[in-house]
Amino acid sequence: MVIFAFALDADSVLERVAPGLVWLATMFSLLVLVQRAFAIETDDGALDAMRVAGLDPRAIYFGKAMALAVELLILEVVLLFTAVILYRQTIPLDGVALLVLTLLTATCGLAFVGTLYGGLASGFKGRETLLPLLTLPAVAPVLIGATRAVESALGTAGAVVSDGWPWVGLLAVFAVAFGVGGSLAFGPLIDE
Amino acid sequence: MTTIDKAPTVQSQRAGTGTRGTRILGTLTIVSMVWLIAFGLGFSPADRDQQEAVRIMYVHVPTIWIAYLAFVVTAVASGFYLFKKSLGWDRLAGASAEVGTVFVALTLIVGALWGRLTWGVFWQWDARLTTTALLFVTYVGYLAVRRLGGTHEQRARRSAVIGLLAVLLIPLVHWSVRLWRSLHQEATVLDPDGDIDMDGLMLFSLFVGVIAFTLFYVWLMLHRTRVMAMEDMMEDRGLDEALASRRREAAMPDSEEN
Repeated sequence: MVIFAFALDADSVLERVAPGLVWLATMFSLLVLVQRAFAIETDDGALDAMRVAGLDPRAIYFGKAMALAVELLILEVVLLFTAVILYRQTIPLDGVALLVLTLLTATCGLAFVGTLYGGLASGFKGRETLLPLLTLPAVAPVLIGATRAVESALGTAGAVVSDGWPWVGLLAVFAVAFGVGGSLAFGPLIDE
Repeated sequence: MTTIDKAPTVQSQRAGTGTRGTRILGTLTIVSMVWLIAFGLGFSPADRDQQEAVRIMYVHVPTIWIAYLAFVVTAVASGFYLFKKSLGWDRLAGASAEVGTVFVALTLIVGALWGRLTWGVFWQWDARLTTTALLFVTYVGYLAVRRLGGTHEQRARRSAVIGLLAVLLIPLVHWSVRLWRSLHQEATVLDPDGDIDMDGLMLFSLFVGVIAFTLFYVWLMLHRTRVMAMEDMMEDRGLDEALASRRREAAMPDSEEN
């Protein structure tokens, strides 16, 4: 967040783009978190062990996604407060509900996508390049939707709260679609 | 699927993927391409507003149409693979995605040039352009997944799942990007094919372009699936064949040296 300020060396610009920077930072952290999460698993062969233990791959998928979502949520809250302090954002009271819902839906979407592609890429040599290649285009809708919704919630550049709700709808549809798609696809993908 | 990837058997001496069918198809493709050049560059009139630049349309529109067709084929073939478990479907999906990715790249490049001529800029953050760019990256990812390694069945299942996920992803991306742009509509973006009352000869040239590029696509697909079948066969049998020939060499010593 401090580095971003060096690149965009103007206070008004920073205030304008603060919500986008929060989500950009989250997105890059997602890649690191996913890689870390699956590196731990594959090092110990834990994924195989759970499969041998007869666990439903869907249960493994949702379990990993929930763990990832909790990590992401904590990170997002920290980033938001950093934005409040460093980028002079304010959180108006009427935007709190929108903000909370945005964080929840966007985080679920990110966690589902990350877990799915992380599981696919884990254990392969080129995973450091494969994971961003698969993940970043897939989470583009989340980046767009979450940024606009948070802009509305924080009132950045004159945005109003009511503008944010369609975006939350988009984020929710995305999360559900990838939750369902991911839980179906995860089994065949890790079952090798 | 035996008709599509009929690879020559190991015993046959003929190297290559051409058959009578592909040669006829290839000739037809060349003829229609010549036809397209004649109509696109010669017979069709210049546009009232865009003048000669409008001729880019005869490449731009057919290439994106082929790309869409190719990705639909990829998705359908991926679905069929998951049901039938026949590697032919997997090779069809892979070949189609490869051709489609190349054609999306062509569309983007040609479109950027056209944009520079008519809009004055190479790129507009317009909904359709942005979706197309993300489409390109998505299928580059799909092709990367195909190269992960493992057995043919592992490759086929992985890529079939990713191929179907891409179908889930594309409408979501398109929807979000449209919503994004509609809220931030700044300048009026010229619609590339907003000419509803298109000149008859122009429409016909465009039609020729679509035909020519579709023939080209089918021709490329036939060859690519056959090459892929041969690649798979080589991976399966390559080592055995090499070992067998090496053993044959070892079995008759000194025949060459003396």
